[in-house]
Amino acid sequence: MATPLTERLKADGTAVSIGEYEASGGYRGLEKARAMSGHEVLDLVKASGLRGRGGAGFPTGMKWSFVPAKDDGGPRYFVVNADEKEPGTMKDRILLEGDPHQIVEGIAIASRAIGAEHAFIYIRGEYLASAAALERAIAEATERGLVGRPEEGRGPEIEIHLSSGRYLCGEETGLLNALEGKRPNPRNKPPFPQVSGLWGRPTVVNNVETVANLPHILREGPEWFKALSPGSDAGTKLYGVSGWVAKPGVWEMPMGATVREILEGKAGGMAEGRVLRGFLPGGASTDFLGPDKLDLRMDFDSVGKAGSRLGTGTMVVLDDKTCPVGMVLSLERFFSRESCGWCTPCREGLPWIVRILEALEEGRGEEGDLERLEDLSRKLAPGRTFCALAPGAVEPLQSALKLFREDFEAHLRRKGCPWK
Amino acid sequence: MLSELERTAIRAAVERLGDRRAAAAETLAMLQRERGWVSDEALAEAAMVLGMPREELETVATAFELVFRRRVGRHVIMACDSVSCWIKGADSIVALIKERLGIGFGETSADGEFTLLPAGCLGLCEQAPAMTLDGLPYGRLDAKTLDEIFARIGEDKHGDSAH
Ligand SMILES: Cc1cc2nc3c(=O)[nH]c(=O)nc-3n(C[C@H](O)[C@H](O)[C@H](O)COP(=O)(O)O)c2cc1C
Ligand code: SF4
Repeated sequence: MATPLTERLKADGTAVSIGEYEASGGYRGLEKARAMSGHEVLDLVKASGLRGRGGAGFPTGMKWSFVPAKDDGGPRYFVVNADEKEPGTMKDRILLEGDPHQIVEGIAIASRAIGAEHAFIYIRGEYLASAAALERAIAEATERGLVGRPEEGRGPEIEIHLSSGRYLCGEETGLLNALEGKRPNPRNKPPFPQVSGLWGRPTVVNNVETVANLPHILREGPEWFKALSPGSDAGTKLYGVSGWVAKPGVWEMPMGATVREILEGKAGGMAEGRVLRGFLPGGASTDFLGPDKLDLRMDFDSVGKAGSRLGTGTMVVLDDKTCPVGMVLSLERFFSRESCGWCTPCREGLPWIVRILEALEEGRGEEGDLERLEDLSRKLAPGRTFCALAPGAVEPLQSALKLFREDFEAHLRRKGCPWK
Repeated sequence: MLSELERTAIRAAVERLGDRRAAAAETLAMLQRERGWVSDEALAEAAMVLGMPREELETVATAFELVFRRRVGRHVIMACDSVSCWIKGADSIVALIKERLGIGFGETSADGEFTLLPAGCLGLCEQAPAMTLDGLPYGRLDAKTLDEIFARIGEDKHGDSAH
């Protein structure tokens, strides 16, 4: 089983050095990219079928293709989204800390494709070890003339921006505002960042894991990349599991590995004495799926058809000794705290949801509360708010209300949480 | 008062980024790093150096959780309360910390040693429950590991006072 993204990671957790990286074929993808035109690089990535690993699964080559082909002489930017604050998500950290050159090479390749001479890595303020590893990798690569000299065709100049933190900094237009020194509030789309992004210039924002795939796609080719997975979604995927399982962790597997292969094969099954009740397939803002979905393939289309989203591919597992209502309350408290307050449904709706869930947990629930939660879920649905925070926030709520209906009702009937 | 070094750093950021606004984020991060928190006075002076209204810089400062607008203790604990940590008993870890320090979220201990803050997901989910202490990550917390962490801080303090 090929694991191109993680096979160089070292057991002691230290970062792969430039020497080690080059010895295993590193920077050869970039060499190839430099021998091609930007457009050819873009076509190759398009042909590979790579889809964005930041949560939405948008085809990467297509995303790049919206950057105006005509060079007007002004700057273009490539930005790596290393904000990773989606609850339950810890996959990008593994790549950043362990193999920073893979990211640097990916940045150089993407920049070549879209004609960017400047790149930013927007990284969350808590990832100090990741930032240090990247800083060193950029210095090493610059010293070797691999990046950092756009005027000689050896770009881009790469700058690390250590974030001061907020969930919305990960939303790509919020991120651009934060980079410009503003509040990380989302922007209107259109115009899309590829046309008018950072300081109004064409900009592409990609997730860390997306970028990490590029060196391998360039080096080995699109056909090799497609053959890595059994299904229609190409490549490998970093899957993670947290919650009461035997061995929580992160593993690279073929895209489309089944829930069972991840949960039982890698995470060692449930922790002793715990039974699986459900899981969020890809971070906090995805719909719950039940234990009947063990043989579901974890790729974008399959999880979508099952009524949820692959999201970040990092599962959060709910067991029988944990209260589903309490779990949803924890999720909604997070989203409510992180709302920027711009749209009424999100600003008012999320705290309302939190108050109802608190009441249920504390035995103050009232007749009609579950219907109110359902109604609020609909009022925060896609299309009713400015950004995807609110729709994401109600995905676990609306699905929990269906999947764990009896537990919600028990909170009402028994005037409190049966788990307390 | 801002030090000459801090003023120079702000001007350098404006120069490098070619944009006063963009330098605002860097300025706040720098002040936070140098001082541990950003006071009203520091913010007002920084705004002057940046050449922007104080309110405008304030707007940016209050949007970010790692820019502290109130004085904090010598050590800052950010305890994760998001879903993976919650499932793994974050509530009881937080209760232990609160009991030990005699403070709640958003408070600083009477001796000025510790401030406790809640944190959204720290990206340490496979090591839940987790927290950061002075920016460094700590995972797989339980009563024992907490004891060890606090004991180590106690020793460091001892070491400091020997100088
Ligand atoms: C509230 C919110 C937070 C987000 N946080 C992140 C994040 O931390 N990292 C990330 O890569 N994408 C995040 N995204 C998705 C980004 O907006 C964007 O889709 C992604 O960075 C695109 O990268 P990709 O095309 O490579 O997947 C977030 C989206 C929303 C709505
Ligand atoms: S949905 Fe929420 S977070 Fe997004 S713009 Fe509206 S208020 Fe802000």
